Amino acid sequence: MAVRVQRDDFDIGAELATLSDGDTGIGGVCSFTGLVRDLHPQAGEGPGTVRALTLEHYPGMTERQLEAIEAEARERWPLSACLIIHRYGRMEPGERIVLVACASAHREAAFDACRFIMDWLKTKAPFWKLEETGDAGQRWVDARHSDQNAADRWSDR
Amino acid sequence: MKLLYFAWLRTKIGIAEERVAVPDGVTDVAGLIGWLRDRGDGYAEALANLDVVKVAVNQEYVPLTHPVAAGDEVALFPPVTGG
Repeated sequence: MAVRVQRDDFDIGAELATLSDGDTGIGGVCSFTGLVRDLHPQAGEGPGTVRALTLEHYPGMTERQLEAIEAEARERWPLSACLIIHRYGRMEPGERIVLVACASAHREAAFDACRFIMDWLKTKAPFWKLEETGDAGQRWVDARHSDQNAADRWSDR
Repeated sequence: MKLLYFAWLRTKIGIAEERVAVPDGVTDVAGLIGWLRDRGDGYAEALANLDVVKVAVNQEYVPLTHPVAAGDEVALFPPVTGG
């Protein structure tokens, strides 16, 4: 029902309250919040390595892609409401990057749709992460095969 | 034709976007990339390995065989890392 791409932070509590407000047929809301972390396990680096993350995106295509995945989730599951908020710009560890929330009469649909949208965001939404590190300066984060494998699970369902 | 570059393709090529008039022989994405590679070292380096280059024409993902035309918006970028 709603897709937002924005520089500013968001209030999880307020967003979830708004999502289900007025619909007493909703039995559950499943949400996922992605945060900037200060470590990079794939590079074998521990806490404190990543000082900040800058998310670049493709304005226009990003919104179209998010709307498409939201529409597909609503086709696959009986969702009463759905929300995707994805931030761009520079963020520091601990800051919120993304919020996905799905509301349904039943918890299974809410859980599955939430996972589906996140797996899809990781592999199709045109965002790129630039990490700032103390010693190495800046580096672009590589896409991960595990994310693609997670997304591929949904293609045969 | 409007070309857009993102993430490390943008930094290797050195610009975020440009408008180009491609030769008549360039009719699909693969042909466009071949033409771009000949434009200089930054292009050749950025487009050396097509396994790590994604293409969108008019904001939809397309394969290398997809046609391109003068009025198109073509974006070239690495695999995405959102979420």
